[in-house]
Amino acid sequence: MGLASILQVDEMLGDFNRMNKRQSLYQVLSFAMIVSSALMIWKGLMVVTGSESPIVVVLSGSMEPAFHRGDLLFLTNYKEEPVRVGEIVVFKVEGRDIPIVHRVIKLHEKEDGTVKFLTKGDNNNVDDRGLYAPGQLWLTKKDIVGRARGFLPYVGIITIFMNEYPKVKWAILSILAIFVLLHRE
Amino acid sequence: MHTVLTRGNATVAYSLSVLAGLTFCCFISTVFLDYRTDANIKTVRVLVKNVPDYGASRQKHDLGYVTFDLETNLTNIFNWNVKQLFLYLTAEYETAANQLNQVVLWDKIILRGDNAVLDFKNMNTKYYFWDDGNGLKDNKNVTLSLSWNIIPNAGLLPSVRSTGKHIFKFPSEYASSI
Repeated sequence: MGLASILQVDEMLGDFNRMNKRQSLYQVLSFAMIVSSALMIWKGLMVVTGSESPIVVVLSGSMEPAFHRGDLLFLTNYKEEPVRVGEIVVFKVEGRDIPIVHRVIKLHEKEDGTVKFLTKGDNNNVDDRGLYAPGQLWLTKKDIVGRARGFLPYVGIITIFMNEYPKVKWAILSILAIFVLLHRE
Repeated sequence: MHTVLTRGNATVAYSLSVLAGLTFCCFISTVFLDYRTDANIKTVRVLVKNVPDYGASRQKHDLGYVTFDLETNLTNIFNWNVKQLFLYLTAEYETAANQLNQVVLWDKIILRGDNAVLDFKNMNTKYYFWDDGNGLKDNKNVTLSLSWNIIPNAGLLPSVRSTGKHIFKFPSEYASSI
């Protein structure tokens, strides 16, 4: 028994051959439905949380043992909520593509509401001034992508794996796409 | 007759949904708990110096020097959905330049299973107490408080401030920098 017969590929192809135009059109439409609802959920979350990236995957060990590589964080970024010391923020630094997840350890807020703060990773020995853009001493509100509100372990390891091995990603995606397109309910 | 693929798919899907359900139960069982506790904080030595802050602006800023006593029992905070506590001691004060200043002076990670009964005497701070200017000298109202950020196995990440706090003032003279 070959792999093809175990997976019953011929039967699936037979399914496809037996489909008429209307049915295959329906398959394509349901595939488009899956893609667009995923997009809708993501964009909807952006609106609800106020964050440009409501779910992030932890990519470094700088917050260990709280967060490990591959853990998932849920963010909010409400403008009216003040930043306070001890909060875990996700921020972007000019010249770095990847946002950083670290804790606020120092904060100065003026009367008009302008606030500057300094961050540090729990697992790092020094604060983040070395990570900021050259000459940058503080973060401000506009640097924040979100503040961590919820935590889910391990789940994000899939995306890390896929990003490290793009071939696996495309293989999985195309297998799923073929399955959705060919499989008859 | 079911194929290997459908059987495998059903098994994986079922185990994943059981795992998701259990995780959700773990989250919902602890989400309404009250994690507040008392803490006893006291300052022992308080000094203020005026020295150049080479880490930031290179100008002379006020640098506070504080040693403290800390006593608290956090054993009751731990439950099956608390993986770690991140303790931090915050100094909060007002200056002419800034309405609110918060500086973390000390922090500690307590994992589940670690000793959560703390009794520290005459501790040095872990981080420098730099002001963003010269607002520490003669500052009459600096509040020290202990907070903890709860890291769960899965769920929310609440920060809780202890009920006990300590208010102290800085001396009106700079200590000679040595």
